Amino acid sequence: MHKLIKGIAAIVLTAGVAAGLMSYAVAQTPPNVLVVGQIAEPQSLDPQHVSAVNDFRILMNVYDGLVRYKDGTLEVEPALATDWSISEDGTEYTFNLREGVTFHDGSPFNAEAVVFNFERMIQEDHPYHTGTFPLSFYFSAVTSVEAVDDMTVKFTLNEPFAPFLSNLAYPAGLIVSKAAVEEHGEDFDRNPSGTGAFKFVEWQSNTRVVVDRFEDYWDGAAPLDAVVYRPITDANTRVAEMLSGGIDVMVEVPPDNVSTFADDPAFTLYEEAGPHLWFLILNAKEGPFADMRVRQAANYAVNKEALVENVLQGTATVAAGPTPPAFNWAYNEELDPYPYDPDRARELLAEAGAEGAELTFYVTEGGSGMLDPVAMGTAIQADLEAVGLDVTIETYEWNTFLGIVNPGLEGKADMAEMAWMTNSPDTLPYLALRTEAWPDQGGFNSGYYSNPEVDALLQQARTSTDQAERAELYKEMQAIVYEEAPWLFVANWKQNAVTTANVENFSLQPSFFLMLQDVAKPN
Amino acid sequence: MTGYILKRLLAAIPVLIGLSIIVFLIMALIPGDPAQAILGNFATPENIARVNRELGLDKSLPEQYFIWIFNVLQGDFGRSYILNRPVLDEILDRFGATLILAGTALVLCSIFGILAGIASAVRQFGWTDRLVTLVVLIGISLPSFFLGLLLILLFAVQWRVLPASGMFAVYGGGDLPDLLYHLILPAVTLAVVATGVVARLTRAAMLEVLRQDFVRTARAKGLDENTVIYKHALKAAMVSVVPVIGIQAGFVLGGAVYIETVFQWPGIGAMLVKAISTRDILLVQGGVLIVAAAYVFVNLLADVVQSLLDPRLKT
Repeated sequence: MHKLIKGIAAIVLTAGVAAGLMSYAVAQTPPNVLVVGQIAEPQSLDPQHVSAVNDFRILMNVYDGLVRYKDGTLEVEPALATDWSISEDGTEYTFNLREGVTFHDGSPFNAEAVVFNFERMIQEDHPYHTGTFPLSFYFSAVTSVEAVDDMTVKFTLNEPFAPFLSNLAYPAGLIVSKAAVEEHGEDFDRNPSGTGAFKFVEWQSNTRVVVDRFEDYWDGAAPLDAVVYRPITDANTRVAEMLSGGIDVMVEVPPDNVSTFADDPAFTLYEEAGPHLWFLILNAKEGPFADMRVRQAANYAVNKEALVENVLQGTATVAAGPTPPAFNWAYNEELDPYPYDPDRARELLAEAGAEGAELTFYVTEGGSGMLDPVAMGTAIQADLEAVGLDVTIETYEWNTFLGIVNPGLEGKADMAEMAWMTNSPDTLPYLALRTEAWPDQGGFNSGYYSNPEVDALLQQARTSTDQAERAELYKEMQAIVYEEAPWLFVANWKQNAVTTANVENFSLQPSFFLMLQDVAKPN
Repeated sequence: MTGYILKRLLAAIPVLIGLSIIVFLIMALIPGDPAQAILGNFATPENIARVNRELGLDKSLPEQYFIWIFNVLQGDFGRSYILNRPVLDEILDRFGATLILAGTALVLCSIFGILAGIASAVRQFGWTDRLVTLVVLIGISLPSFFLGLLLILLFAVQWRVLPASGMFAVYGGGDLPDLLYHLILPAVTLAVVATGVVARLTRAAMLEVLRQDFVRTARAKGLDENTVIYKHALKAAMVSVVPVIGIQAGFVLGGAVYIETVFQWPGIGAMLVKAISTRDILLVQGGVLIVAAAYVFVNLLADVVQSLLDPRLKT
């Protein structure tokens, strides 16, 4: 027995000493190398094969598009194209390409590369159209892409389509090397080559993606030697890694941990409002919400300030209408969020004869951009019950949830949580508020809102190429939708990130992309 | 013996096929599909139809299944929808990591479980026994994902002596010491529950054996206590402990799902969680098949060891 105890003691001691000896290896990340804690393993490093923000955070540093978003805005500026012209009728875009740019694999960037990219994405019978192209519909208006000369490209659209330039700045519009696609075929996903500030080095499954500085970058070589992206799916583990020094940057800090980092001088917390809207779809076709007054009552009844402050711990701002303020040029400043006014809500319910109405509320467990949906759903339920509505929550896993909400709420539910993140002010209302976007016609208007005036405004705004006119149309649309309340407008997410204090020139973008071209970490 | 092993291996084939059908049906029955997961907010019927066409999911269910099983029999597990790479590559990458983690946990739980069981059986109702019983009870009751987070907080965040997650250092590292260093926390966490189970079983088995005549005879012959316990009693007790360790292998493989997620261990458990939530059917199918095959194999191994230990089972 004594021997046994001695044995155990010896093992424990050895393990302790070994751990002590090895602690030298702990955690300091090397200078000039930035280690980024990502929320998941990338799906692919082929920009045409992905749709997740998590992947965009890598891709935007490896590739360039013809255009890009100006720093800190969602407005478009030249990138691989130096300038462009748009035909009178808005259906022809001609781009002059930047001279002297090469891909990381050494092949030249030219009109041929651009034509190859877009034909590969749009033409389903293209020899290199392998795998899925989830965002190819961004360019579904494009009928042809042709090389006018070696450094000029012309896109022809089937109708005027105002979001086209903005879509080109999105990851689906990033330009890949034709030579690399031809060399690697289906495995291009893991052997990417672009023109960006960082060139791909290695991808160790579930461990890391490493990119090195591209010395010949056309816009000036980056200060960092390399960036390492680590997938850490569990949010608690990600926080622990940040606290223990295993990563330099952490994205999507859980609301509960924000204050930990904000109060600690060893870290810097960044926040940036983005083109995101968290709302409830209300079933305007049947049941209590068919009456506009009940929909307005719900907007008055919910204490959005409290949700944003207490549940989301300040990681979002209160939403005033269907368009996020990040689209500053198209945002209607005159609309204030529905105030928290339970008395007004009760009055409206009484007018509509909807006191004590029973409501079914679809809630999801989590999902892209959904911001603590269970806690939010419960708090909203409590607010609605406080004004005399009888709300029953049904909770579903994200993919299941989308599978039942997207086909429409008719016959199933009165309200459902939803969140959208888009790159232009056109996308969300066009896909989710028009009469022609009812689920049976292939849209996302799951609450069946319908107003011909809104339909006309949206159609016009989408085809106009004059930004001032577009802004006016969108502001008018917002005022109507605000008043008629087809949704319960809740929150606009502020994207956040934490870096260690020695990371310099870091900033977040309203596009939710992570741009690391100018970031430095000298020690 | 060889005939027995062969028979058991052949019997595993219908089990694996049946399992693959069940998994395939469950994945088809749960709402939401891969196209939905790939497209997220943009899953319009049009886009879904296009992506399904690109994935080959526009065919009927039986057709899809037969295409899959036909390809698997030729060693082709297909390409993951979400990861855009061959399923087999991903599984092989991942399976090694899981084997290292689960294998270490299994070794740890066998050694410490058996030692603790012996210690408390020998001193039944003494303070060692009570202490071991208490510790074991806590170990069995504590959810392992919680224990994992607790250990991360203490060892990685508070004391900074062990890494919080991952299998290798992000920069540099990659050698054996680096691996062991990253292995300590997840392996210990994973081993705790199984250690408790093994300890309790060893204790019960030892108590039973220690009361038997041959032990009394051994003691009467004047053999010293260590020889009685470790040479005579333990060998007899192992007959009932070994199959339990075999079963623990299954639990450890299952438990790896949580632990790999908590510790970001790049194993097959974490892969399955992700694959299920993104409806990555081919990856789920392949992963489940491999885990099930490993489980069958480990149990077979336990049975073989047991029959070697127990003269009554020899054929």
